[in-house]
Amino acid sequence: MSDRVMTKADIEAAEHLQHAHVEPKDFLSRYVFSIDHKYIAKQFLWAGLLFLLFGGLLAMLIRWQWAFPSQPVPLVGKALFPNSGGAITPPAYSTIFTTHGLIMIFFAITPIMIGTFGNFCIPLMIGARDMAFPKLNMYSFWVFMVSQLLMIASFCVELGSAAAGWTTYPPLSTNVGTPGAGQSLVVLALFVTGISSIMGAINYITTVIRFRAPGMTWFRMPATVWGLWLTAILNALFVPVLGSAGLLLLFDRTFGTQFFVAGAAGGIGDPILFQHLFWIFGHPEVYILILPIWGFVIDFMSFFARKPAYWYKGSVYAMISVSVLSAVVYGHHMFVTGMSPLLGQAFMLLTLVISVPAEILFLNWLHTMWKGSIRLTVPMLFALGTVFVFGLGGLTGIYLATISTDLYLHDTMWVVGHFHLTMASAAFLGSFGALYFWFPKMYGRATNETLGKVHFWFSVIGVTAVFCGQLIAGYNGQQRRLFDPFQYTYIKHLRELNKYTSYFAFALGAGQLAFVVNFFHSLFAGKKAEKNPWDVGTLEWTDCESPPVYHNFDRVPIVLRGPHEYNNPEVLAKLGKDWVGQSEQLPGEDIGIDAIAAE
Amino acid sequence: MSAAATDHEHALVYPDEPIYSRITAGKLAMWLFLLSDGFSFSGLLLSYGILRGSSQVWGCTTEAIAKTFGCIEEPALGINFTALLTFLLICSSVTMVLSHASMVEGDRKGALKWLGLTVAGGALFLVGQCWEYWGLFGLFGPHHGLIHEGLKFGATHYATTFYCVTGFHGLHVLTGVLYLSAVWIGTAMGKTDANTLEVAGLFWHFVDLVWILVFTFIYLIPN
Repeated sequence: MSDRVMTKADIEAAEHLQHAHVEPKDFLSRYVFSIDHKYIAKQFLWAGLLFLLFGGLLAMLIRWQWAFPSQPVPLVGKALFPNSGGAITPPAYSTIFTTHGLIMIFFAITPIMIGTFGNFCIPLMIGARDMAFPKLNMYSFWVFMVSQLLMIASFCVELGSAAAGWTTYPPLSTNVGTPGAGQSLVVLALFVTGISSIMGAINYITTVIRFRAPGMTWFRMPATVWGLWLTAILNALFVPVLGSAGLLLLFDRTFGTQFFVAGAAGGIGDPILFQHLFWIFGHPEVYILILPIWGFVIDFMSFFARKPAYWYKGSVYAMISVSVLSAVVYGHHMFVTGMSPLLGQAFMLLTLVISVPAEILFLNWLHTMWKGSIRLTVPMLFALGTVFVFGLGGLTGIYLATISTDLYLHDTMWVVGHFHLTMASAAFLGSFGALYFWFPKMYGRATNETLGKVHFWFSVIGVTAVFCGQLIAGYNGQQRRLFDPFQYTYIKHLRELNKYTSYFAFALGAGQLAFVVNFFHSLFAGKKAEKNPWDVGTLEWTDCESPPVYHNFDRVPIVLRGPHEYNNPEVLAKLGKDWVGQSEQLPGEDIGIDAIAAE
Repeated sequence: MSAAATDHEHALVYPDEPIYSRITAGKLAMWLFLLSDGFSFSGLLLSYGILRGSSQVWGCTTEAIAKTFGCIEEPALGINFTALLTFLLICSSVTMVLSHASMVEGDRKGALKWLGLTVAGGALFLVGQCWEYWGLFGLFGPHHGLIHEGLKFGATHYATTFYCVTGFHGLHVLTGVLYLSAVWIGTAMGKTDANTLEVAGLFWHFVDLVWILVFTFIYLIPN
């Protein structure tokens, strides 16, 4: 089965390169400034989960406002909005929807998906003992902490945090539209978190290129690693563009330059320039938030349908082509900004072309499940939920990519529903699936299956109902970001719809309690996890204990096959089980080493 | 933690397949960083291009322009002086190459000499840039230097983009000078090898290359 010959020198060289790190004994370098990728992953996880809670509560406030405009918020209203008797005020509302978006994207999904699983999975799944630059990895986390602190600080200053929408369009985001230090602090926080992302990205890319174990060829890598690696590339390339846009905006806000100040604000700048810079980054960003999830889903489909991933190479090529295409479609965010029709058509065409590789991925997932012996474990349920919401979101996106329909749907709740289904819900469900999947490996304890399923059903029904409710509202003309939509006659009849959507949102929020209970209970009192509870063949399950030792692998594994070897008849006959590890030698299998020794 | 724990710089020799490549981790990471940094420069240069393209006046540099468009007169950028700085920076790239070449041949002393010259070239460039901005301590009259001559940050796009782009590049030169100085000290102490110099050289050549683009776009393109 091995398609290459390995020499003893190869393996010795691998051992030499990846010498085992000595586990530090002192408190600081063990628990605070750790350079261990597994520990940094956990740091990112906690930081991300706390902000996910924060962003989620902000979402609940938005939904309260849309269900019961200007009525006092129960429980927390009096404390948060004392001057209005507990009701959300218009300025507070602007801050809430703006920071909800920014926090979820940059401070919740990014650290959980890329910070946690990028750090945890990449070295373990490619058979490396750590990242290429463990210290850079540590700096990346602490720089990220600085940006989180800046974000928190922005809430504490006069006039409150950012309020110009998550896209931060000028002139609204300049001093004219949003005065006060809060907006500046948030832009600075984005700049700093960008530095952290770039540090992480360079580390991930280098690790995957240089630190794969012997025999781990590109197409023997789990799809998870592919997704995270492509994400890292997009991050390294496009985050700097956001950085330069943020820098110029900060200059405008603090040093009186006029890059983006114009129009009624009386400046000489060009607000559209910001939109260009923002979306050059912003469109790849939405793929940054979905590529790792695609990777997880490709793997989970195969792991839990007990079948090889259908056309695995096709899926990988599809992910690569989406990554490339993501760089050339950003104009579809600006159809109504005023764009040459020819350019608009080019952007429309390129955007629609993305659905081809996306469809390939989709069909491959379905084909992988087809006639498989599906095990409906919690990670698999979340993966199925991801496929479902991503499908819904993808289909609704076609109407936004098409100029003629986008002119009507632009800036309505349809857009909000669409990107929450694709980017937010898929990333949300996918990340939780990944967390349930790798939790035993991270903490050495099993999670509770029943609570996991409760969490899943609340989550999947919740997100589907909430965001489909938004799609319907948007299709009926309800614009996004309205403080009180029902003061407009033509939206008045959508009040009941909004109310029921909000009830689903509250149920979705309440359902997360199942996760919180499960997480803490499993963390402290969960059953001790087995080495390989899911019967899968990737290296972190077959070659590491749960949790792995500090240096991951006692011996650097020799990889013999791909990650998706399930129900292979030869394996069934020889080993009597339906899976085989990537580094597991079959009886009588020639892996090339003995042959050389015999010479 | 032992010092060796983070030392992943050895050239890899396993497995002998082109897919693993033989580039060192440090060199690969530097290339990736430069690619990334290139995009941040692109962001700034793109802004510069769009603002310049949509401006009626780019640089109110003569009395005639000031009269026609009713703008406040600004100083023109001194091309000759900056061309000299450009030449200096290119020379420092050459010395960087020579430094690396010496190191490859095992001539640590030669490497130190050439690296020292590179650092000096970079530092001199920074002095030149300060001179251009602020003048040289009133040496050539109190109103010397673009700032004193009325090129005001924030006044026009011509002025602001000039300071942003050249300033951003200047920060890179400063970083390069500090970085190369650290490498010089490491080399003097015998702690570096040819790879260290090559990686540092990559950064230096990038800073040089970007300057050539900046010089072309900001200084050379006529109105």
